[in-house]
Amino acid sequence: MSRIEGVLKALKGQGRKALIPYITAGDPHPDNTVDLMHTLVDAGADIIELGVPFSDPMADGPVIQLACERALVHGTSLRQVIAMVKEFRKTDDATPVVLMGYLNPMEAMGYETFADAAKDAGVDGILTVDLPPEEAEEVAPLFTQRDLDAIFLLAPTTTDDRIRAISQHSSGYVYYVSIKGVTGSATINVDEVAQKVSHIHELTALPVGVGFGIRDAETAAAVGRVSDGVIVGSVLVDTIARNQADTDQLKRALTDLLHPMREALDSLAS
Amino acid sequence: MSVKLTEEMLSALPDARGHFGAFGGRFVSETLMDSLMTLEKEYARLKKDPEFQARFDKELADYVGRPTPLYFAERLSRETGGAQIWLKREDLCHTGAHKVNNTIGQALLASFLGKKRIIAETGAGQHGVATATVCARLGLECHVFMGSEDVQRQSLNVFRMKLLGATVHAVESGSKTLKDAMNDAMRDWVANVDDTFYIIGTVAGPHPYPLLVRDFQSVIGRETRRQALEKTGKLPDALVACVGGGSNAIGMFYPFLADESVQIYGVEAGGLGIDTGKHAAPLCAGRPGVLHGNRTYLMEDENGQIAGTHSVSAGLDYPGVGPEHAWLKDIGRANYVSVTDDEAMEGFRKLTRVEGIMPALETAHAVAYAIKLAATMNKDQTVVINVSGRGDKDINTVAKLEGIEI
Repeated sequence: MSRIEGVLKALKGQGRKALIPYITAGDPHPDNTVDLMHTLVDAGADIIELGVPFSDPMADGPVIQLACERALVHGTSLRQVIAMVKEFRKTDDATPVVLMGYLNPMEAMGYETFADAAKDAGVDGILTVDLPPEEAEEVAPLFTQRDLDAIFLLAPTTTDDRIRAISQHSSGYVYYVSIKGVTGSATINVDEVAQKVSHIHELTALPVGVGFGIRDAETAAAVGRVSDGVIVGSVLVDTIARNQADTDQLKRALTDLLHPMREALDSLAS
Repeated sequence: MSVKLTEEMLSALPDARGHFGAFGGRFVSETLMDSLMTLEKEYARLKKDPEFQARFDKELADYVGRPTPLYFAERLSRETGGAQIWLKREDLCHTGAHKVNNTIGQALLASFLGKKRIIAETGAGQHGVATATVCARLGLECHVFMGSEDVQRQSLNVFRMKLLGATVHAVESGSKTLKDAMNDAMRDWVANVDDTFYIIGTVAGPHPYPLLVRDFQSVIGRETRRQALEKTGKLPDALVACVGGGSNAIGMFYPFLADESVQIYGVEAGGLGIDTGKHAAPLCAGRPGVLHGNRTYLMEDENGQIAGTHSVSAGLDYPGVGPEHAWLKDIGRANYVSVTDDEAMEGFRKLTRVEGIMPALETAHAVAYAIKLAATMNKDQTVVINVSGRGDKDINTVAKLEGIEI
């Protein structure tokens, strides 16, 4: 059983929902990232999605675009991101880490080299935004052979046939993109999400994480009620942007944001 | 390596997943997949629909002004002292460039699919103008994304688009140029996928776009083939076209791919010189990667981040290239070469002075290379240059390079 599967099973057994924060590696500075990952765990994170910065993040709104630019100013490379996970693993062997990013940095590194290095560092899952399962036939097996979970996106526009097919290619969890739009762009419609997620649950046995549009304890609880976990990205990255000058203040601000979400999610447990 | 291509092989490409050999494909986020698959299916149907094709042909004839002439550049040929140089006059198309062949095709497609809102990206503004033009013609709402750097540099085209009723969105992210405009157009599309049709201007992007653009632009090569047979009694010995994303080039090349005797040259922007790194020549000096929905040759750094590009011509200033060109390079069917900014400027001046035809700076790259090539050939041979656009839009750039204020 993969670390992701183990964590999600344990949570389910307790009737709890996963809190999955996203930050972009190297933002605001590569030296901070490991420290911030520990801060996220202390504030209640169950799984961390660690963004790999890319020069052309087409599926992201301005908040994460700017995070990529801040990280790239310091030359944050995929190899460095993997090294950050290795460093994180020295003191945290329990929290799963998913690398989330675009395909080209992986292609440039070489898929086999990347998969080996990621496994060696203690990465648990790979989510590639611009890699639909149709194009993943050669890449995804390199991940699964190494027990790296291949996590794919589902969207409001995904048809039932595709939901089934994508789920068959996925392991760990599937990531439901709650809105039509880029990250951080629109307000989530909880009723629509609830309907779609319960439909997805009929079509796959995999846990369903929901991301895009979760901004506070209230939206986290509303989405947590209908899913297996909530993914929180832009609001955290925006907090990093606003507090980048002072690391202690930044860590407090991240904690202040995540902690109420954790409590709101846990209050759903019965 | 070079392989003999047959009509049969060519009609099988791209394959069902949009691949040209190792290139092409559909690398987009899940939200867009359904729309792309619907577009692929609907286009496959309309491609065989006589009503759609008749409407497209009529627009090309009566609105675009086709067929465009194949013109013998007699003085240029004599001065060059080699092969006969012929010009395919896409600069005479409505709006002044080949771009409109594709925008009219895609806008008709949008109309047939019932989409009322059109988005497009543009670099120099030619595709933006061509899109705004056909939207005015068909009564469609038009939004054009353009890097804020380009908005500054190409203010005349921005004004033209606005006159045509389009909304121009200045893109502030990244390098604020064409690739960033394409990123933002994709972002808009994800958010408005239900009612919006994205008219991509070049022969790149996710499947089926490279197929659509190639099909709509192939009228260039089909006409050239027929006209060459009529006027010279044989096929051309060589074709030369500039390659940024590569839409005018693929339109010219495609109908000749199975004609083994025809040499094919795509000319990339060598900028300040390939060895300076300041260029826009992914086929000459890049490597395969994935950007904007397809696998192709890219300009990128060792970590897979997309590199900045440079060219005197805004329309060639793009870090990627159409996947079919990437494939043609790898199988050896087409030759991809580059000329520098300075050589292109020389080509611009030469064609202007000797033939009274002022080419776009993009086209000037093809002119410069064709002159070099023709000089090595004999006078019984023929070279066709695809004159993809007219140079009026570049007057300010040319004046600035010469230190003249207008």
